[in-house]
Amino acid sequence: MTDQTPVLRLEGIVKTFPGVRALDDVSLTVLPGEVHALMGENGAGKSTLMKVLGGIYQPDEGQIIVGERPAVMTSPLEAKAKGIVFIHQELSLAEELSVAENIYLGELPRKRFGLVDWETLYTRTNAILEKLKVRFDARTRVGDLSIANQQMVEIARALTVDAKAVIFDEPTASLTDAEKVVLFDVIADLQSQGVGIIYISHRMEEIFRITDRISVLRDGTYRGTLNTRETDEEAITQLMIGRKLDLSRNASHHELGDVALEVRGLSCGRLYQDVSFEVRRGEVVGFYGLVGAGRTEIAETLFGLRDPSSGTILLDGEEVQIDSPHDAIQRGISLVPEDRKGQGLVLGMNCRDNMTLPQVDDLKAGPFVAEGSEIAIFDQYRDRLDIRTPGWKQLVGNLSGGNQQKIVIGKWLSMHPNVLIVDEPTRGIDVGSKSEIHNLIRELATQGYAVIVISSEMPEVLHVSDRIVAMYSGRIMRTFTSDEVTEDNLIQAISGISGDNRDKVA
Amino acid sequence: MQPGTLSTLLKRGAIWGFIVLELIFFTVAGEFLSLSEKAFMDVDNMLLLFKQSAPIGIIAMGMTIVMVNGNIDLSVGATYAISAIVLLDSMTWPLFAGLGDGVIPVAWALALLTGTLLGALNGLIVWKTGVDAFIVTLGSMLGYRGLVFMYNGEQPTSHLNWTLVDFAEAQWLGLHTATWFLLIATAAIWFLMNRTVHGRNVYAIGDNRTAVVNAGIRVGPHMMINFMIIGFLAALSAVVFYSESGSVNPNDGELYELWVITAVVLGGTKLTGGSGSIISTFGGVLAIQLLRKGLAHIGADTSTVNLVIGLILIAVLFLDRQLNIKGKEELKV
Repeated sequence: MTDQTPVLRLEGIVKTFPGVRALDDVSLTVLPGEVHALMGENGAGKSTLMKVLGGIYQPDEGQIIVGERPAVMTSPLEAKAKGIVFIHQELSLAEELSVAENIYLGELPRKRFGLVDWETLYTRTNAILEKLKVRFDARTRVGDLSIANQQMVEIARALTVDAKAVIFDEPTASLTDAEKVVLFDVIADLQSQGVGIIYISHRMEEIFRITDRISVLRDGTYRGTLNTRETDEEAITQLMIGRKLDLSRNASHHELGDVALEVRGLSCGRLYQDVSFEVRRGEVVGFYGLVGAGRTEIAETLFGLRDPSSGTILLDGEEVQIDSPHDAIQRGISLVPEDRKGQGLVLGMNCRDNMTLPQVDDLKAGPFVAEGSEIAIFDQYRDRLDIRTPGWKQLVGNLSGGNQQKIVIGKWLSMHPNVLIVDEPTRGIDVGSKSEIHNLIRELATQGYAVIVISSEMPEVLHVSDRIVAMYSGRIMRTFTSDEVTEDNLIQAISGISGDNRDKVA
Repeated sequence: MQPGTLSTLLKRGAIWGFIVLELIFFTVAGEFLSLSEKAFMDVDNMLLLFKQSAPIGIIAMGMTIVMVNGNIDLSVGATYAISAIVLLDSMTWPLFAGLGDGVIPVAWALALLTGTLLGALNGLIVWKTGVDAFIVTLGSMLGYRGLVFMYNGEQPTSHLNWTLVDFAEAQWLGLHTATWFLLIATAAIWFLMNRTVHGRNVYAIGDNRTAVVNAGIRVGPHMMINFMIIGFLAALSAVVFYSESGSVNPNDGELYELWVITAVVLGGTKLTGGSGSIISTFGGVLAIQLLRKGLAHIGADTSTVNLVIGLILIAVLFLDRQLNIKGKEELKV
């Protein structure tokens, strides 16, 4: 296989964003007829690399070589024209249009005068759909299909052009086992036609089933390529996690208080099912899993943003129903949301106003806002959390990520919560501030708060949690204490490999 | 039957059900309340209704494309007025004095060209600046109206050409000239939206713009073409109406944009784009005209008519939202 001309080569790709080196000298070679897995943790640079390949980002250094010719990708269309087809993880379909129109979006067959050649369109589409063995036809409206079938439509797009390389980005996330088999057949088919395939997935069992080689990225750097046949899960996991990072487990143990929050058999439709756990005062419980495993949705349910379809929530041993965020705040639950800038802060407002936002209704002097008490609250938490800002008049949009996050945390602490839920606390925050936020979370636990940390970064959950809940596609796979957890058993649990559910509820 | 067909049918059919309800209501209520001797469902009355639907209806066809595309055009009323002035005034220009009645097609062409160009200007600005169409056309609505007043001050612009009036008042196969233009515009735009690549891309752009850009479709030109079409149709609407009336006031066409949008929305087109049907818009136009005419028939004055139409519009959109609300998994707002 090695003497063939690669269909696609990425050489020494470097891409930097302000403050971050997202890709550092990454190379990747895809041979014709091979399935090449691209692996790495969330944020390792896989999607950035694919965006460079798709022409959405321009690399700072390095080049893309398609066949034998260096290529400059300026747009997704250009990539497609060169035979590079992307099957996106997020569905990019127009729901009101038919299946056929979606598959041939941008390339509808024409007759004279710009008329759509419906006959050709439907014949070609149905031929493709037949290959995919799906149960809908070309005229079905995409909005009427299930998510899995919509994913099949997305996959069908790979078959419309004479592709040289096809990139599948987590294609099986929403597919059933039967549909996966069909997908793998499609991939095998493409393979036999000499198409090179890049397969991005976290699911080890799929990787070992269909891929030929595996390349691993970590923190934007290329860690190596392994032949699938000669390696095993251990080796890949090692490459993915690495040892350089501070992987120290949380060591500080202190007395835990009573159970502050308990969840029993909580489900919300297809988002997550039968979730049970408890959090004690003074304890940090980490939720670890892949994006889409249902962690954020659980937090949203606890904060009253979603109605659970079944199950109970108990606060201090008392069953409660949380109807709205207002309700949640009243009961002492606070949520530091995932998207700091979009959900956590009003960027155009100053530090003080952001901090007192949830309680400004109560801070009144007659009909007016009591500025004095607002400033008092701000000063208190600025000192307590060590927020570095020139003064309360500073717009939060001008603060660094770490200080912004502290404002959000301060905002909720000032509401005197019992349970603090922190969703991706250090996303987009530089390394120095990260450890500061981690220490802060630990400290809050010591002070008696019950803390839930949701994170997609393994070092982070290992570092701050007393216990770790591993989730996989809407279910809790296992709960670890900080003593028994290892990188390996954790990553296996969130990949859905381990059928080991013994300590499902700790 | 495929899943979703029934709900689609219900949605598509809703506006026609509403029209039937209106007809029944006004026929029955007319028996008791009307001052006139004529029945509401009188043939002449219905023919007149079609004719009176034409000015709003022709523009509504263009608005449907623009809105399916995810844009909006507030400047149609002003475009309508400018085109009317060009139509009437150009017939008096000394340049065309020797043409006799041959001036008519020239004047028509000039008026239609004016509308198309004004629309193209809107489209170009939306395309090249990336400013929201609502803002751009809000500006051009004021600007174009300003041009109308600059042309002749507060004075009306008048010119009666009897050949033209005869043509406009004619009936062919029972239908008035204006009605024919409405039907032709409806058919043409329906064809455009359902049979051509442009039309299908317009739906896709309004539905999921990222997907469309990823598929390599150039969004800008499509938007510009749509603005040209709506400009052309606004001018066509003016041409049809003022050929008959022969006199345009500088305030004519004001609030047309809102009536047009009301009709389109009543017909089920989404404000956010991606979904809408020309046939339903036609229904929306008829429904509004029926309501205006029917309420007048039973003795309500204009202010009541406006109140009722406003209430119905909100009620319909509320109903639509309730029917379309997704399952429980939706994040609460």
